[in-house]
Amino acid sequence: MSAAEQALTGVSDIPLALRGPAPVRVVAGFGFWLFLLSDIIIFATLFATYAVLSGATADGPSGVELFDKRHVFLETLCLLASSVTCGFGLLASYRADARATYFWMAMTFLLGLCFLRMEGTEFASMVAAGAGPSHSAFLSAFFTLVGTHGLHVSVGLIWLVIMLLQLATLGFRPLIARRFFCFALFWHALDIVWIGVFTIVYLGAK
Amino acid sequence: MFGRLSWSAIPFDQPIIMGTCATVGAGLLGIFALVTVKGWWPYLWREWITSVDHKRIGVMYMILGLVMLVRGFSDAIMMRAQQALAAGHAQGYLPPEHYDQIFSAHGTIMIFFVAMPFVVGLMNFAVPLQLGVRDVAFPRLNSVSFWITAAGVLLVNLSLFVGEFARTGWLAYPPLSELAYSPGVGVDYYLWSLQLSGIGTLLSGINLTTTILKLRAPGMGYKRMPVFCWTALASNLLIVASFPVLTATFAMLLLDRYCGFHVFTNELGGNPMMYINLIWIWGHPEVYILAIPGFGVFSEVVATFSGKPLFGYRSMVLATMAICVLSFFVWLHHFFTMGAGANVNAFFGIATMLIAIPTGVKVFNWLFTLYGGRVRYTVPIYWTIGFMVTFVIGGMTGVLQAIPPADFVLHNSLFLVAHFHNVVIGAVVFGVMAGMTYWFPKAFGFTLNERLGKAVFWCWFIGFYLAFMPLYALGLMGATRRMQHYPNTHWQPLMLVALAGAVVILLGITLTVVQIAVSIRQRHANRDCTGDPWNARTLEWSIPSPPPAWNFAQLPHVKSTDAFWRMKEEGSVGRTLPSSFEDLHVPRNTPVGFFLAFFAVILGFALIWRIYWLAGVGLVGALAVALIEFWKTDLEIRVPAQQIGSFEHAHAPPFLRAPSGDLETVDEIADDRDRVQAASGGRS
Repeated sequence: MSAAEQALTGVSDIPLALRGPAPVRVVAGFGFWLFLLSDIIIFATLFATYAVLSGATADGPSGVELFDKRHVFLETLCLLASSVTCGFGLLASYRADARATYFWMAMTFLLGLCFLRMEGTEFASMVAAGAGPSHSAFLSAFFTLVGTHGLHVSVGLIWLVIMLLQLATLGFRPLIARRFFCFALFWHALDIVWIGVFTIVYLGAK
Repeated sequence: MFGRLSWSAIPFDQPIIMGTCATVGAGLLGIFALVTVKGWWPYLWREWITSVDHKRIGVMYMILGLVMLVRGFSDAIMMRAQQALAAGHAQGYLPPEHYDQIFSAHGTIMIFFVAMPFVVGLMNFAVPLQLGVRDVAFPRLNSVSFWITAAGVLLVNLSLFVGEFARTGWLAYPPLSELAYSPGVGVDYYLWSLQLSGIGTLLSGINLTTTILKLRAPGMGYKRMPVFCWTALASNLLIVASFPVLTATFAMLLLDRYCGFHVFTNELGGNPMMYINLIWIWGHPEVYILAIPGFGVFSEVVATFSGKPLFGYRSMVLATMAICVLSFFVWLHHFFTMGAGANVNAFFGIATMLIAIPTGVKVFNWLFTLYGGRVRYTVPIYWTIGFMVTFVIGGMTGVLQAIPPADFVLHNSLFLVAHFHNVVIGAVVFGVMAGMTYWFPKAFGFTLNERLGKAVFWCWFIGFYLAFMPLYALGLMGATRRMQHYPNTHWQPLMLVALAGAVVILLGITLTVVQIAVSIRQRHANRDCTGDPWNARTLEWSIPSPPPAWNFAQLPHVKSTDAFWRMKEEGSVGRTLPSSFEDLHVPRNTPVGFFLAFFAVILGFALIWRIYWLAGVGLVGALAVALIEFWKTDLEIRVPAQQIGSFEHAHAPPFLRAPSGDLETVDEIADDRDRVQAASGGRS
């Protein structure tokens, strides 16, 4: 087996740890994984704070009075669907199929936008009902946790637009492929965090 | 238009501050004038400011740490002077609102802007060299990390002249740090400068963790990594796992202050103790982020200068990783007095005591390495032995305070202050000084002056004991920390001894500057032409000093721990230079870090003073800089094989060049090597 083949299949007599510096693709992906882990620790901190403060409603409205589970369920479906389209988009980028990549990534963008729009509606209706973030510690923790997730989705959408512009101007090349891969990791990680939000914040509302 | 900023923000009526302002301003102007007159700007821009070379970035971190050490120490000596004076009816020379800013700034600066840059700088410089690779995993990101940290430094120093700094202590506990009780900009300066430097540290942690786990020379498995790399791994894993907690916690305090949230307030259900728990979930691992690389330095130093492999390599690695994990299970010992109950306090007390076990393992490993070795008493080994004595004392007072009932007596007393200075100065300052002396010749090609180095050591060592042993006694007498003034005049004599200790440390810091200046003047006499001035054991010493941009012309093949020692034993230190070299690619310099930091300073300053249009300018500017960088595709420069070959031939150690080299030069080089080794206390 040639060295190139070994590098591709990962089969080699030498243990992985002794083979010398890993290829750029592996290094970039690994670094981004570490970044995602650190990002998830930010969410862990916000979840812990929410858990501690979720009962501190200061005689104001509680979660169960405020949340519209049907609305949030549809919101969740948008985000989960956007993860599926993002996956198809990444596969298309592996094939260097520009048309399919644009299509699936555009779908991802639209679904992400739907999610943000629905979240915005929810926030606006809560503020209008006098349940803004400065009303109680519970609401502060709620808006911090869910808002930080929303902020991540917004950053993801901006990143996606930048990625599509990069694809249009620079074409498929290893640098762009790595960035698409990292974007996809980021987008899926946001989904995982949202599942935590949906379960703990909305389904667990008391 | 200018938010809360007006001329009244500049304290014209404070002679101490305006005097400092004038001195620093004059100093900066002098440096700028010198650089301009000498025409050094293009060189600085090309070789340093835009550099993505991990060695250069490491050196810049060290310079940043040294400069901020002077700032942080000025605060320290002002506090000691105040406490030496302000006994009984005397009020000293610092009013409470100024004194409170000084102790807050001292802690903040010493941890975030002195200890962190020092430790990150050492790791940046040494880790890729020890791993036998050409750079860190993400060289551009490395430059960004450094400059973002520097942006935080600039903001924290601006607070001295424009506005004020926090009066809340170095961790800004709420509710005191909430808008209701700290309405000024001090806490905002604190929060935004630390948010910036925290991002820099996190990115650097991701970078170095990836480097250690994914980029090592062929054959360097985990069981063959130098101990300093292991400690760097532990430290950077802790950075990745704990700094996000700090970022999130500060973000919530910012929301409280800027947007009227109630996460940590006293009102509407907010929970200040939540902040204190979260900040110490970051804060305790932070202590180990700083100390563990120090342990790594001592391990390298003790093995090198004893002429023996480190005793108990595996137990050292296990102890390091055990401390790394345990550090997340002890945070509550910082506030046993919270009232969590006996069971919770007992858990955290026992977990804290457990850390003494791996730490003890380490101390015995170092002792057994020295035992039976031919110890060369060089400056780094002075620091190491001084550390062992000091750290054991500090560790024991720590275990004492880990007993919750004892802690109820000692909480927030000067005993605590003495304890944490005992461990932080012992492990971090001594470790950094040892590491700086040890790797200086690798970075610059000449060794530091030994006599002055030993003088610096004795100043720090004696000064430390004079300054902090009295504080243990005072703490037991009931003196609390952060006192601007105290009524009990019986404490004053010990306070005067502590001031004397601080003055001795000041002498040590001054001598460090003298040592560097003298060493630069004597550089020709102390030149390291061998690349291996200490007869050392790890791969960084197998290449020329200073190393070329590409570090290793050919990646070494590692067969065991102490890879370079093994090569020397086998006589295979490139017995012949390779006949041919290959083209290499090194990362291209980029100003992206500098410009990002520029806009980050604007953003931070604007947010502190609530000038929101200017914050927009900062944000858009930073985004534009990032976008321009995203579109660059030509990220590397090819170094032709011919250039590498000629460098390697010119810088090969004498025993390699002897057959074909100029004999006279070889003798000179051999003489140099003798001199260096004589200066370092004898031959191996």
